[in-house]
Amino acid sequence: MAKSIDVSDLNIFYGDFCAVEDVTIPIAARSVTAFIGPSGCGKSTFLRSLNRMHEVIPGARVEGKILIDGADLYDPEVDPVEVRRQIGMVFQRPNPFPTMSIAENVIAGMRLNSRKLKKAEAAEIVEGSLRRANLWTEVKDRLDKPGSSLSGGQQQRLCIARAIAVQPQVLLMDEPCSALDPISTTAIEDLIHELKEDYTIVIVTHNMQQAARVSATTAFFNLAGVGRPGQLIEYGPTTKIFTTPENESTEAYISGRFG
Amino acid sequence: MTSHAVEGTPRPPRRLGDRVFSSLVTAAGVVILITLAGVALFLTYEGLPALTAQAAEIPGADSFRAYAWPLVYGTLLAAVLALLLAVPVSIGVALFISHFAPRRLASTLGYLVDLLAAVPSIIYGLWGIFFLAPRMVPLYEWLAGHLSWIPFFAGPASTTGRTIFTVGIVLGVMVLPIMTSICREIFLQTPRLHEEAALALGATRWEMIRMAVFPYGRSGIVSGAMLALGRALGETIAVATVLSVSGVVSLNLISNTNPGTIAANIALKFPEASGIEVNILIATGLVLFVITFLVNFLARAIVGRRAEFSGAN
Amino acid sequence: MSSTLATQPPPGEQATPKFTARLHSPQLPRWVPWALLAGSVAVGLALHFMVGWGRALAIVVAWLGYMGLLVTVSGRVEGRRKAKDRLATWLVTTAFVLALLPLGSLLWQVVSNGLPAINAGFLNSSMRNVVGEGGGIFHALWGTLIVTALAALMSIPIGLATGIYLVEYGNGRMARWITFLVDVMTGIPSIVAGLFAYALFVIFFGEGVRMGFGGAVALSVLMIPLVVRSTEEMLKLVPNELREASYALGVPKWRTIIKVVLPTAIAGIITGITIAIARVIGETAPLLIICGSTDSVNFNPFDGRMMTLPVFIYSQYKNPGVPPEFGIERAWGAALVLTVIVMTLNLVARLISYYFSPKTKA
Repeated sequence: MAKSIDVSDLNIFYGDFCAVEDVTIPIAARSVTAFIGPSGCGKSTFLRSLNRMHEVIPGARVEGKILIDGADLYDPEVDPVEVRRQIGMVFQRPNPFPTMSIAENVIAGMRLNSRKLKKAEAAEIVEGSLRRANLWTEVKDRLDKPGSSLSGGQQQRLCIARAIAVQPQVLLMDEPCSALDPISTTAIEDLIHELKEDYTIVIVTHNMQQAARVSATTAFFNLAGVGRPGQLIEYGPTTKIFTTPENESTEAYISGRFG
Repeated sequence: MTSHAVEGTPRPPRRLGDRVFSSLVTAAGVVILITLAGVALFLTYEGLPALTAQAAEIPGADSFRAYAWPLVYGTLLAAVLALLLAVPVSIGVALFISHFAPRRLASTLGYLVDLLAAVPSIIYGLWGIFFLAPRMVPLYEWLAGHLSWIPFFAGPASTTGRTIFTVGIVLGVMVLPIMTSICREIFLQTPRLHEEAALALGATRWEMIRMAVFPYGRSGIVSGAMLALGRALGETIAVATVLSVSGVVSLNLISNTNPGTIAANIALKFPEASGIEVNILIATGLVLFVITFLVNFLARAIVGRRAEFSGAN
Repeated sequence: MSSTLATQPPPGEQATPKFTARLHSPQLPRWVPWALLAGSVAVGLALHFMVGWGRALAIVVAWLGYMGLLVTVSGRVEGRRKAKDRLATWLVTTAFVLALLPLGSLLWQVVSNGLPAINAGFLNSSMRNVVGEGGGIFHALWGTLIVTALAALMSIPIGLATGIYLVEYGNGRMARWITFLVDVMTGIPSIVAGLFAYALFVIFFGEGVRMGFGGAVALSVLMIPLVVRSTEEMLKLVPNELREASYALGVPKWRTIIKVVLPTAIAGIITGITIAIARVIGETAPLLIICGSTDSVNFNPFDGRMMTLPVFIYSQYKNPGVPPEFGIERAWGAALVLTVIVMTLNLVARLISYYFSPKTKA
């Protein structure tokens, strides 16, 4: 079910302002790709363009090509809503729906699209997704409690369960651990390791150790200058980026000299 | 090199549900546009005949302007009186709730003041005529006896208490909660940092309020007062109940002969009116609409400017 | 030698005791203001009961007396700044009491004057063929119910949808215009709303038109902006993250709004709507213009005059009949019923927002 992504010559604009410039990168299926870089370098914007979430902001547009297993993501015929069903996303801050219970949160993706679910089927999806998100044992006795009653780390895993319940082909994660404590972070990183067997995972992170721990490929983004668009500086196998980067600024960032 | 605009000018395909829903909610907005246009249009259409009416057709005046002027005067007088009474009190009440009362009590006290806003105006009218007015008579007699050299208290004192001054008090009580709730909100928004900076300099509570709270809340107070003024200008039934009207233009606040107000005049005359008189009343209603519109517009403009400066949204 | 000098510099030695002294600036003992207050109250009571001054005068004198005493004593002992602070505190507290006096006196008047009028007959009969004693508010209760329900039926969908439009879809010129016009609408005097309804209906039904539906239209003009504002405010409180979470699950925007955004904000919106209903249910002026006044029951909002509670109160006061006591008593009775309705609606609104808001951890 996982798919690869091919990005070529991508520019992202907000109105007249070019936020990200000239990105070309292949993203392999069934592996973890990490985006690192200083704040404001456009890595989150780029991530959001991969499931057309950036279109939520008025005036945002994209030039260039993104191919998902060869299919053009930005073809005029493509419905962004359909895209998002197949490319799931986990956000920086856990955001379970406050009006729904834990179980309802997990099947929200189906329910909100009013797919009819049999009770047994729904229970199966809830359990399956929560198990995959390593949350089942912790919440199985209180599935009808509100999602917001969980701790931050649990909420984030609930959000991951919610994202994988719709069986997406790609999972985008936008700094999923930045609001969490170290123990919850470890739990989520373990989860990412397990999930990469089935999913194409793209993760944005500020934490370089995290990128080194979870990803197979790392891409480094940086600003071309103050007020200039963000650019993809280089990408490659994580071990190579972290040991022998080609670009000077990558090395400076990795060794902690800026950012 | 090969990059081409895939997306941009042509809109992405939108789902049917999205299209239907967004047109529905947009239509609701359009209904509001139409309604307001309708208010202005129909009032103008029905009020226009009054401006061209023959002198003989206008009851008690030679022209529409002569008919409307005492009413405009009375409307402004009553509203300004109400504001003079309500502004200091509501600033005090707002301060009491935001900075003096114990924190746990504050929201309950705020709710009590809000209850004042919930009372229907006809009940204020009953209270004004049966409770307040008779109790004001001794004060009016004293004022007429001792301060009659001030034109406001020239007398002779009303024996029923149904004066423009009593109306001012009733209106003041009615607009008090409006102004209080706006002031209270602004005072509560005073940056904690400013307050603590003042206290750290050794200021007393009152000095802190003068240094930090008032400067921050000044435009809020002004716009709150304007909104209260708008409400006082348009209040109808409480005035119609309490005031004893004789349609004069006078500064005397405590006598039996008082100017009427536009709104109360409409309420008093409309049920029995016919023919051109209806058009005249509607035309005065249009005048009232324009006045309250200007006042409210000014109030919003002040609030809007404040929002720009404080960067709060 | 030099080290001892350095560790105990003379200026530090001097500064320390001075500072301690400043911490103990003279202050009035806690009981003093209370004692002064008690004294002033006693003087006021004495002036009223023993000297025979009027109640209001005695209160004013006691109030001024306390203020003068407090400022003088505090100024002598604590200094000008503290005295000013005490004066401000006293004035602010006075303002608060002053604001609550009318509320208390008004509620007391309504209850004590209205209660004697309330009985089964009062609630169950109309004013048809009643001149003196008897009669009731049956027709007015039904009229208020019908007119307000119709107004709510028109205002809630329009107001709700406009609020959604402004928050979820509105950007650009039209949204700015609507925001502005909703502000204008909030300021429309209620009597002007009544005149508008009349001016509108007179075109279709001819001069002197009176009907319940017209009242509903007038009330809608007043109610729509209230609903729009509260909807707008509540929708703005819904965090954007929830919308994004829903979009990221592949949920179209309209479903996101209906199934995620609205349920999150619904408690606040219902509270706002309830308060809006409470506001318009007590309106007299517009209904006086377009619904008119009648003594009989009328269930048809599209045909003829329709009595409503506020107009009933007003007309009983204006034309109390012969002898007038009964009319005035009926006016107070109806005022009590109206007050109870309005206060109940307000209370219900508070309870809804208290119990049904989604509990989110900070």
